[in-house]
Amino acid sequence: MSEEEQEMITKVEAPVYLKYNFTAGSAPTRFLAQIKKGVLAGQRCPKCLAVYIPTRGSCGRCGVPTVEEVELSDKATVQSFTIVSIPIPNNPIEPPFIIANVVPDGANVSFIHLMSECVNEEVHIGQRVQAVWKPEDEWGYSMDNIRYFKPLDEPDVPIELIGKLTVTGEEG
Amino acid sequence: MANLAAVVGIGQTSYTTKREDVSIAGLVREAAVNALEDADLTWNDIDAVILGKAPDMFEGVIMPEVYLTDALGCNGKPMIRVHTAGSVGGSTALVAASHVQSGMFKRVLTVSFEKQSESNAMWALSNPQPFSTHLNAGAGGYFAPIIREYLRRSNAPYDAGIKVAVKDRLHGARNPLAHLQKPDITMQEVEESFMLWDPLRYLECCPSSDGACAMVIADEELAKKSPKPPAWIRGVAMRSEPTMYAGRNEVNPQAGRDCAADVYKQAGVSNPRKDFDCAEVYVPFSWYEPMWLENLGFAPEGEGWKLTMEGATSLDENGDIPWNCSGGVLSSNPIGASGMIRFAEVARQVRGDAGEHQVDGAKLALGHAYGGGAQFFAMWVVGSQKS
Repeated sequence: MSEEEQEMITKVEAPVYLKYNFTAGSAPTRFLAQIKKGVLAGQRCPKCLAVYIPTRGSCGRCGVPTVEEVELSDKATVQSFTIVSIPIPNNPIEPPFIIANVVPDGANVSFIHLMSECVNEEVHIGQRVQAVWKPEDEWGYSMDNIRYFKPLDEPDVPIELIGKLTVTGEEG
Repeated sequence: MANLAAVVGIGQTSYTTKREDVSIAGLVREAAVNALEDADLTWNDIDAVILGKAPDMFEGVIMPEVYLTDALGCNGKPMIRVHTAGSVGGSTALVAASHVQSGMFKRVLTVSFEKQSESNAMWALSNPQPFSTHLNAGAGGYFAPIIREYLRRSNAPYDAGIKVAVKDRLHGARNPLAHLQKPDITMQEVEESFMLWDPLRYLECCPSSDGACAMVIADEELAKKSPKPPAWIRGVAMRSEPTMYAGRNEVNPQAGRDCAADVYKQAGVSNPRKDFDCAEVYVPFSWYEPMWLENLGFAPEGEGWKLTMEGATSLDENGDIPWNCSGGVLSSNPIGASGMIRFAEVARQVRGDAGEHQVDGAKLALGHAYGGGAQFFAMWVVGSQKS
């Protein structure tokens, strides 16, 4: 093929890989150190008393630092969820799977995690769930120490109480 | 008190999956040249350039404003770059407006863009972090649970989202620049499309687009001399709130309500549904129409879906308050530009220059953008008259 006949090259793929060293900072360090021991640790806002997990060291509502550490339950309530039907790149989970916003007992904010051992169509807001942990010898500084949350055979939490239960699962 | 400013030129590219015929520089220049031509101006008439762009990771070009100075004719001129996630196009227009309203410059060019085909925007933000499990299934995965909570609170019929998906694509079919051209779309087609993030179906989500949008904003004196009618900027507001805090109302965010109240006050709007002739509101997922109808005060809380179902927001059903006549984000989504397109499209409406998707006699309109975890808001009100 002569030079004239060649098609112009207008695009080549050149993926960019960025590798980060994550420096946790003081509050996430506490969270990560505790989860390595199989404990969900939150922090309480000194002003509004809301308990955050995973804590970032401040209350987003009051704009003040959080210091007091609070140990939370690994039982939680489903605040909302979605059934995902497409795969996550570099993640072996096969769709359809459930991503839920769960609030651990004793906390006032939710975080997202996987739900499993459930019938997808029966998952609902207010449902009680509990963490299923990896074997202890696999625990690291990671939320992934929890493999997923599974349904608990407990009555649903009324909507107005979601995110307001005490660490023992009672009305706050 | 701010000086008066107006939009005197608007330029857009067409929106499509892949613009392989131009580089990023070529893309932004195309929109900018279109805006200058629309204003009957040249590069020499521009005092400064305000560029907006969603995260650099989307194209992998860090600080693209540096590389784009030549393409935007601003060698030796002031340039500033704005970055507020999905709301960036709106925020950029506001930053541009403020540089004229403050008297700093007489006439500025503002541009925003996205070339999604040069990266994978859906995953560019889903970096693993140790304090969170890596389940960020794209923006749809983030917003679907919030939509589910809206459904629970409002008891909206399941097909209100489907109706929005159809309505905005029918609007888009009137707009030759729109990415998705689906003049024959039906409720059934949307309902039968693949359920991606329950309750969001494939056709209830925005596309990934390449494209750019530009505007020329001028002060009162220069705007009066402009050959086409100016779109007078009657109110500007930005608000933000943290992604996460205890008791946050994710369905109906405080920052959105505060932003709307501020911009309405400036523009003398007391009843948005009645006072506006149309609105361009950032709706990347169908259900955000009813949710924002409530957040922006067009409907009481829990009743936004009723306006949607009545056809109040539809041009084709002669609704009293058409939303997203251009087809909206559901028809074209070059993320970095999407907010500015909303702002530019309402300016087109009040200039009477919106072609087949013109709302007859539009005099006052709302442009809106949101970004991040529905936490960054940018809004402006433009009118055919100064006050």
